Amino acid sequence: MKPTDISAPSYFHKVVDCQWACPAHTPVPEYIRLISAGRYTDAYMVNWESNVFPGILGRTCDRPCEPACRRGRVEEEPVAICRLKRVAADNKDDVLARLTPIPATKNGKRVACIGAGPASLTVARDLAPLGYEIHVYDAEAKGGGFMWSQIPRFRLPESVIDEEVGYITNRGGVTTHYNTRVDSLKGMLAEGYDAVFVGCGAPRGRDLDVPGRKEAAANIHLGIEWLASVSFEHVTSIGRRVIVLGGGNTAMDCCRSARRLGGESVTVVVRSGFEEMKASPWEKEDAMHEGIPILNFLVPKEVLHEGGRLTGMVFEKVKAERDAKGRRQLVPSGEPDVTIECDDVLVAIGQENAFPWIERDIGLEFDRWGLPKLNEATFQSTVPNVFFGGDAAFGPKNIIWAVAHGHDAAISIDKFCQGQDVADRPDPLVKMASQKMGIHEWSYDNDVSIDLRFKVPHADPSESLRSIKAEVELGYDRELAFKEAQRCLNCDVQTVFAASLCIECDGCVDICPTDCITFTPNEEEEALRVALKAPAINKHQDLYVADGLKTGRVMVKDEDVCLHCGLCAERCPTGAWDMQKFFLQTAKTTNGVPACASR
Amino acid sequence: MSYLKPALKHPGLPKNALGFTRRDYEGSISTLCAGCGHDSISAAIIQAVWELGIEPHRVAKVSGIGCSSKTPDYFLSSSHGFNSVHGRMPSVLTGANLANRDLIYLGVSGDGDSASIGIGQFAHLMRRGVNMSYIVENNGVYGLTKGQFSATSDKGSKAKKGAINRDEAIDLVAMALQLGATYVGRSFSGDKAQLVPLIKGALAHQGVALIDCISPCVAFNNHEGSTKSYDYVREHNESVNKLDVILGRAPITTQYAPGEVTEVTQHDGSVLRLRKLDEGYDPTDRVAAMNYLAQHKAMGEIVTGLLFVDPDAADLHAGLGTVATPLNQLGDEVLVPGAAALEKLNASLR
Ligand SMILES: Cc1cc2nc3c(=O)[nH]c(=O)nc-3n(C[C@H](O)[C@H](O)[C@H](O)COP(=O)(O)OP(=O)(O)OC[C@H]3O[C@@H](n4cnc5c(N)ncnc54)[C@H](O)[C@@H]3O)c2cc1C
Ligand SMILES: Cc1ncc(C[n+]2csc(CCOP(=O)(O)OP(=O)(O)O)c2C)c(N)n1
Ligand code: SF4
Ligand code: SF4
Ligand code: SF4
Ligand SMILES: [Mg+2]
Repeated sequence: MKPTDISAPSYFHKVVDCQWACPAHTPVPEYIRLISAGRYTDAYMVNWESNVFPGILGRTCDRPCEPACRRGRVEEEPVAICRLKRVAADNKDDVLARLTPIPATKNGKRVACIGAGPASLTVARDLAPLGYEIHVYDAEAKGGGFMWSQIPRFRLPESVIDEEVGYITNRGGVTTHYNTRVDSLKGMLAEGYDAVFVGCGAPRGRDLDVPGRKEAAANIHLGIEWLASVSFEHVTSIGRRVIVLGGGNTAMDCCRSARRLGGESVTVVVRSGFEEMKASPWEKEDAMHEGIPILNFLVPKEVLHEGGRLTGMVFEKVKAERDAKGRRQLVPSGEPDVTIECDDVLVAIGQENAFPWIERDIGLEFDRWGLPKLNEATFQSTVPNVFFGGDAAFGPKNIIWAVAHGHDAAISIDKFCQGQDVADRPDPLVKMASQKMGIHEWSYDNDVSIDLRFKVPHADPSESLRSIKAEVELGYDRELAFKEAQRCLNCDVQTVFAASLCIECDGCVDICPTDCITFTPNEEEEALRVALKAPAINKHQDLYVADGLKTGRVMVKDEDVCLHCGLCAERCPTGAWDMQKFFLQTAKTTNGVPACASR
Repeated sequence: MSYLKPALKHPGLPKNALGFTRRDYEGSISTLCAGCGHDSISAAIIQAVWELGIEPHRVAKVSGIGCSSKTPDYFLSSSHGFNSVHGRMPSVLTGANLANRDLIYLGVSGDGDSASIGIGQFAHLMRRGVNMSYIVENNGVYGLTKGQFSATSDKGSKAKKGAINRDEAIDLVAMALQLGATYVGRSFSGDKAQLVPLIKGALAHQGVALIDCISPCVAFNNHEGSTKSYDYVREHNESVNKLDVILGRAPITTQYAPGEVTEVTQHDGSVLRLRKLDEGYDPTDRVAAMNYLAQHKAMGEIVTGLLFVDPDAADLHAGLGTVATPLNQLGDEVLVPGAAALEKLNASLR
């Protein structure tokens, strides 16, 4: 294998699995260490820089970082990365003074953001400090987008949304136009904005099409519309027996909301298997914990009604089979149909994009799925000064993706407004710093905790089911947070090897608790992977190869299950291994090399 | 400074016949200097005992004094252990072995411990043929007392501060061969591929087995002018054969040219499969081995590998006709038969 080029930022970035997996590339281990040190405000700021909504995300994030966490590969469960974020938010001091200042002198450029969801708000946050004049439009009465209108209050208190949205909209530079539905992009462009960012989300719920649907319409509700009505307190009750159709997170929010609004017998029904459900495992767990059964392999067949009133639903029982081409298919199982009586049905079977307010004759092209044609790196549409992001860009995803899009779109808008090449993307900010303090002393805590994941305390169901606003999760207290934070392996503290110093004593090889290091004759990657002290079977993880050793062998380190314990470096007589903290912050308009010259 | 090695381990670590991983055979974290060859030998011992599938409680580790003699703390934490007095490992181990021959004895010593202060003990243990594996972690210096030349230090070799050793070196391998050791090997801490099978063969050997393992002292004897440094040993290492230890009859899977492979079956049934690296070398011929070693030493080579093995080895117990049952399993009436029995014995000797 060719020796590894460790100077490429992506090499060590990939080793920090959580940060690599986070769409906004939050420096996770950095903030977890700050929590351990009791520096909650600093931990909050590390998050705020990257993901803009630490308090919101610490309660609601889809957490793609956790399945990626290295800890999950050396013991049972990953670090509770997401809920530690909440700890930073819960325990921080006033951060207002630490937020990026908004200049009084403006740079003369005006940007409109359509929609006040996380994507638009991120664009606003990233551009306002550069002197842009930002105008945010939303049809609803408040900012936050779906975070405010969809996510139920028992998962995300309104105060948290208000606080973090306020950090963007209440500090100058951003003018909000709430209760204002934009009904023409053409009109918007005519207002002379230098750029328009479309962050209008994916606002349309998919409907059900079975016999009886129309007749019983009064008691059949589209999930996202119903949830919005619940959030705005237009709906405050529901029938005693409720069926929720669908297996995604919206369905989970619907059923749990229904339980709190009078639904005594709430049943979730999914077409496919329980395992295939789109909802996150913890959402399913929480729903079942609240006494909500999830029935699977049932396909809606008919809505039953009597005198215009909904009475129940009939489902066909199916099973999963592979067809000749190996594709998974649902086929009737031959078992008798299942009838479930109910008073209300909530339909949460999917969400769609809709852009009725965008004229089709202004040069803005859409693809055959009705999504705008965009440059995937710059989020620029076929109209050069119109950019998209969030659910509006590539279909429904989640908050953290919306934020990540927002950062990239902000860079594009800045470049565009400053007459620079939008395609020329700035480099991330990267720092490496040795952690060596003495012969065997490190400036990070290299002890490896063997504690299993700590559960986040929950309110008693009998309490939390009583009100739609009572937060279910109570969050870690400081003591639990410390213990959970200690489980983090500090994957950003990198093992950096200097072959010229190595005397090939095997000290590091012998001490490594996870058998990461091997000195061996060089071979091709495939052969090397099986020739190591412990075979490197996880192909997603790189091998770190270094040559230049006296015996002509190479040092090969499998990054897969390295605990970043520093023992290799402690056992090295010559300092050939060093533990160096790798800090990476993705490029944003507010860091690194500013695209904006007039700042 | 870490005092604990994390318990978390590689999820794919294989298990031996007993269901243990290699990590189950570790000891506490080493306090030796970083880079010390002795730590590699500990790792090789762990690997060997794990591969043989030996239950840790069947092993007794006995050592003397020195950095090398400290190492039994760093492997096999569930085994029996006795850290004895400087140079006295052989007598303590001999006593233990006489009292209980059911255990597997591993003597760990240094060149100072065995060739300087303990040379007399070393010699007698070898000639008595105590059933044990004797590993000398040979760095040519007294590491623990800060690097004085030991008795295995080569004449003319240079100390860290420049002093030249004027005394002739004791070659423990040559002595062991002369004194009747029945399994003799030499290896290098930096070559586990060679060392691990050598240790396995020694543990399986039913007689006295010596492994002289050159083990660089990074703190005091790893400089230019030393003949026990990583660089020097790597440059002068001449391995005579490559050993595989096979438990139970495993078929030969690799094709070898005729005469390329010798197999030696030991008393316990283990097979030592030796692939020759030096065509003329016969590891079952004691006298030839002694000659070969002397010649090659004169050429400045460090000869390593399995240098001699006598598959028909006998041990001390065979010679003494001692009782097979460990003394701790015999009842009082057997161990202390009383005055009448003593009288009878004395009478028989008159
Ligand atoms: C029930 C439910 C629960 C969810 N739970 C989670 C969760 O726990 N975690 C998570 O990460 N994600 C969750 N999501 C997904 C997440 O809410 C979205 O992916 C995210 O909010 C998308 O952000 P966005 O900025 O693209 O737009 P949105 O948040 O969708 O905001 C778009 C805004 O634009 C406004 N708008 C639209 N058109 C116009 C117009 N023409 N004029 C003016 N305003 C307009 C809308 O009123 C809306 O406020 C959930 C989604 C739903 C439906
Ligand atoms: C009776 C006695 N004499 C001297 C000493 C001091 N002493 C301790 S270790 C040692 C030498 C150890 O050398 P070696 O066996 O080669 O071990 P190393 O430290 O090199 O591994 C000496 C002389 C002692 N502990 N006891
Ligand atoms: S152990 Fe810590 S640094 Fe490593 S992947 Fe998990 S959270 Fe990230
Ligand atoms: S930091 Fe070094 S010793 Fe620790 S697990 Fe990683 S490679 Fe092994
Ligand atoms: S401990 Fe240091 S000198 Fe020894 S092999 Fe490892 S990197 Fe090389
Ligand atoms: Mg010594």
